[in-house]
Amino acid sequence: MANKEKMTLIVYSGEMDKALAAFNLAIGGASAGMEVTMFFTFWGLDVIKRNEGRIKSKGIMRKMLNFVDRGGAKRLPLSRFHMFGMGKWMMKKLMDDINFPQVQDLITLAKELGVEFVACTTSMGMTGISKDAFIPEVDRFAGVATYLARAKESKINLFV
Amino acid sequence: MKADETLDCVGLYCPMPIVHTAKKIKELKTGQVLAVLSDDEGIKEDIPSWCKTTGNEYLGIEEEEGVYRAFVKKSG
Repeated sequence: MANKEKMTLIVYSGEMDKALAAFNLAIGGASAGMEVTMFFTFWGLDVIKRNEGRIKSKGIMRKMLNFVDRGGAKRLPLSRFHMFGMGKWMMKKLMDDINFPQVQDLITLAKELGVEFVACTTSMGMTGISKDAFIPEVDRFAGVATYLARAKESKINLFV
Repeated sequence: MKADETLDCVGLYCPMPIVHTAKKIKELKTGQVLAVLSDDEGIKEDIPSWCKTTGNEYLGIEEEEGVYRAFVKKSG
């Protein structure tokens, strides 16, 4: 198969459940032999922020934003019934019960299968964070033209 | 139905059986048959769909006490 089929996903949301859906689709596509690109933008950047250490940003407002919204695959809230973390704790239990992987495991798996991670530089500029805020799995830092160039060649383009 | 290799995905949910199937099929030679075991009902639709996308041949599915056995023949 010289010309692989392509698929893209825009990961706009920074919640655990939505990230699970996005990775589930990306991993499914990669397992079906597709070339998959995940474009992380806006709150979606939270999914690919590193879990350890402090994340630096400039200016009081940006510092506040990054304090209340630290991000990182392990810190993502639920989009519903988060209940200050209690809902998430319960959801994790339910997932463990059926041996379902956590977001951080799905990131590793997606990379193993060759899924490409792109971080949106506009969102990075707005929230005042640099490349060093992210996990090393991020392949490139780019904008809308990069996404569209891939989307144009893809049969499947999704927004999560 | 007889298979050359068997892949046990019992207890796993979507997308894991498909991920493991995709990995396992690479180890097989063209024409060999892989049996995928799963207790997730979605497998009944997912394996034929995955075969359609990847060009492998779907041979059928058997069910025994809540465990499905889906057969995939590797194409060239």
